[in-house]
Amino acid sequence: MDVQTKSKQSYLNQPTERISGAEAVIRCLIAEGADTIYGYPGGAIMPVYDELFKYQDQIHHVLTRHEQGATHAAQGFARISGRVGVAIATSGPGATNLITGIADAQIDSTPMVCITGQVPSHLLGSDAFQETDIVGISTPVTKWNHQITTAEEIPEVIAKAFYIARSGRPGPVLIDITKDAQFGELDFTYKKCEGIRSYNPIPKVNPVQLSAAAELINNAKKPLIVWGQGVILGEAEEEFKAVVEKSGVPAAWTIMGVSAIPTSHPLNVGMVGMHGNYGPNILTNECDVLIAIGMRFDDRVTGKLSDYATQAKVIHFEIDPAEVDKNVKTDVAVLGNAKESLAQILPLLNKNTHTEWLKKFEELSKIEFEKVIKNDLHPTKEGLTMGEVLKEINAQSKGEAAIVSDVGQHQMIACRYAEFNTSRGNITSGGLGTMGFALPAAIGAKMATPEREVVAVIGDGGYQMTIQELGTIFQTKAAVKIVVLNNDFLGMVRQWQQLFFDRRYASTVMTNPDFVTIAKGYQLEAKRVTKREELAAAVEEMMTSKEAYFLEVCVEKEDNVFPMIPSGASVSEIRLE
Amino acid sequence: METELKQFTVSVYAENNVGLLNRISAIFQRRHINIESMNISVSEIEGVSRFIILVNMTEVNVKKIIGQIEKQIEVIKAFYHTDEETIYLESCMFKIKSDLLFEERQIQNIIKESDARIVTVNREFFVLEKSGRRHEIELLHRELSAFGIMQFVRSGRISITKDQMKITELLTEFKN
Repeated sequence: MDVQTKSKQSYLNQPTERISGAEAVIRCLIAEGADTIYGYPGGAIMPVYDELFKYQDQIHHVLTRHEQGATHAAQGFARISGRVGVAIATSGPGATNLITGIADAQIDSTPMVCITGQVPSHLLGSDAFQETDIVGISTPVTKWNHQITTAEEIPEVIAKAFYIARSGRPGPVLIDITKDAQFGELDFTYKKCEGIRSYNPIPKVNPVQLSAAAELINNAKKPLIVWGQGVILGEAEEEFKAVVEKSGVPAAWTIMGVSAIPTSHPLNVGMVGMHGNYGPNILTNECDVLIAIGMRFDDRVTGKLSDYATQAKVIHFEIDPAEVDKNVKTDVAVLGNAKESLAQILPLLNKNTHTEWLKKFEELSKIEFEKVIKNDLHPTKEGLTMGEVLKEINAQSKGEAAIVSDVGQHQMIACRYAEFNTSRGNITSGGLGTMGFALPAAIGAKMATPEREVVAVIGDGGYQMTIQELGTIFQTKAAVKIVVLNNDFLGMVRQWQQLFFDRRYASTVMTNPDFVTIAKGYQLEAKRVTKREELAAAVEEMMTSKEAYFLEVCVEKEDNVFPMIPSGASVSEIRLE
Repeated sequence: METELKQFTVSVYAENNVGLLNRISAIFQRRHINIESMNISVSEIEGVSRFIILVNMTEVNVKKIIGQIEKQIEVIKAFYHTDEETIYLESCMFKIKSDLLFEERQIQNIIKESDARIVTVNREFFVLEKSGRRHEIELLHRELSAFGIMQFVRSGRISITKDQMKITELLTEFKN
């Protein structure tokens, strides 16, 4: 008997109830623990919304102001809590508006289930009103997707959707439900999905690979760990810290991995990649063993691949076999969940210290401080820097707040300078680089963890891509702190234009509205800071406010983010100015 | 050489589900790889489909493609093979005017020598079928072209590997 028939039998043994497909959708969501979901109603999904109305004491539906906002809110919810985020939309434009968030969740491995309404099944393929082939459109950017055309399929498919979204390497799943399936009836019973015969979410740790990895680490003279989000997704923070501390190996992070161990940890040597720290980038090309943990060698991390750590033996701890050797050829690949692999390698590692090697990081860090960090955090010029705003946020947050950043210069500054004591602290659009991500993502993050301070740090460009979500904050009273670092430019593109296109500032100048007035229109507490002497007090006022708060900081217009590895250059060619 | 363009046969064992073809072809499309031919059929295992996809790629990239195909939820296993590692053939059909069969005696010789089979004959046309390697089919096509072909169609490659695939064992492993 195969797994599918097995689950079908136990499913048939449960007591059933005759309900509509739409009600079944809600009951499935409740059974999966989805207590807060994000979405936007419309014709083809109305039966589900009608049931949401009836179940509003059990499931909180947040009306975002755009479907893209619903996906980012669901992503923020998932990223901070590890739970599956849920977004709902109608057919046609409702569904297509989800695509950016789905693509973002796919590349950043965020567990999310999207449910879309679809035209009645007899109209499928007929170019009906608000019909779009969302299953076809979403195929390349979903971990799995499926169209439901009969009510009976709903419980099994939704169970499968949640299972796929959260298991193994997480990702987004889209379920498209025709309107007749929502209206149809079924004998309802719910059974969580426990396995799919063609899907092996977590490869078993191979002890041979594990001891080969341990041997390389134990014999290394200049080892370097680069960790990514896999540590956080695998809930392996404890195991990771133990491995770092026992092996004494300096550890650097990708922007998706930061906060897995505290910023202040003595073996935390900073950020790798295009705008990462000087030391870990330079020393990537000097280490003898590179230990990659739950990261995927993104091009923003590696720079020029043919000149990336070619001198080093590479160990790759990875849950997804397709990532092994995809970009960087590995010497030892340890497949498996980071939590299991790290726990299993710990007893094989020698207690070690790498004092001389660590000194190299300190020396390079001093150079970076003199050339870059000093000017970012303790500027002597008149204009405000983005870095000093982050410094003030750190002073108030003490590493406990979640920093939700958008995309661009402010994002790189936020990732570089935000200090974290608690995991899942950095929520940003890493892989896709989606401007407009931060404001809705911060709403979702705040709702998932109301006790945690959530600060959205956004540029003036990205802010205006999803600014309508201020309406969601206004309506739900989500106590999100919003900091817009306004330089009246699309700053990162402008920086590239300055450095690589002879300062031809094509379409990067922003003539901005009065952001404070807009925030006040939504009855948010709002303040604008233009002078250094006002900054600390304003940040303190924002951080101590119990409600949502909007703070605009007008920063230097043409500041650049350094260090920088120019596109296509090697990590050793990192520029400090 | 891993970086040299070569012909590979990609075999995919997968659940028979709506949309999976789209998912698999999108993986090739993303990397701007043209699929030379594709055949989807049932396999030796009930409910499991087998895709045979012919591509020209480097070995480095075909390995990556295999990883990305296997990652799809409904895919049980994917393999790649060189021509030497498989037994393979293609089928084709020709529709030709029946008169020629009697007017051009050479056609009868061509049919005999090429191991082609006459599927049907009627007053207007006859249909010829041939299975074999690409070059044999191309040769037959060239030879018949001289007389005029009313219709021609060639199938995608189908192939069987010399090595075992062990899909049943894999499925048992998945279950446990």
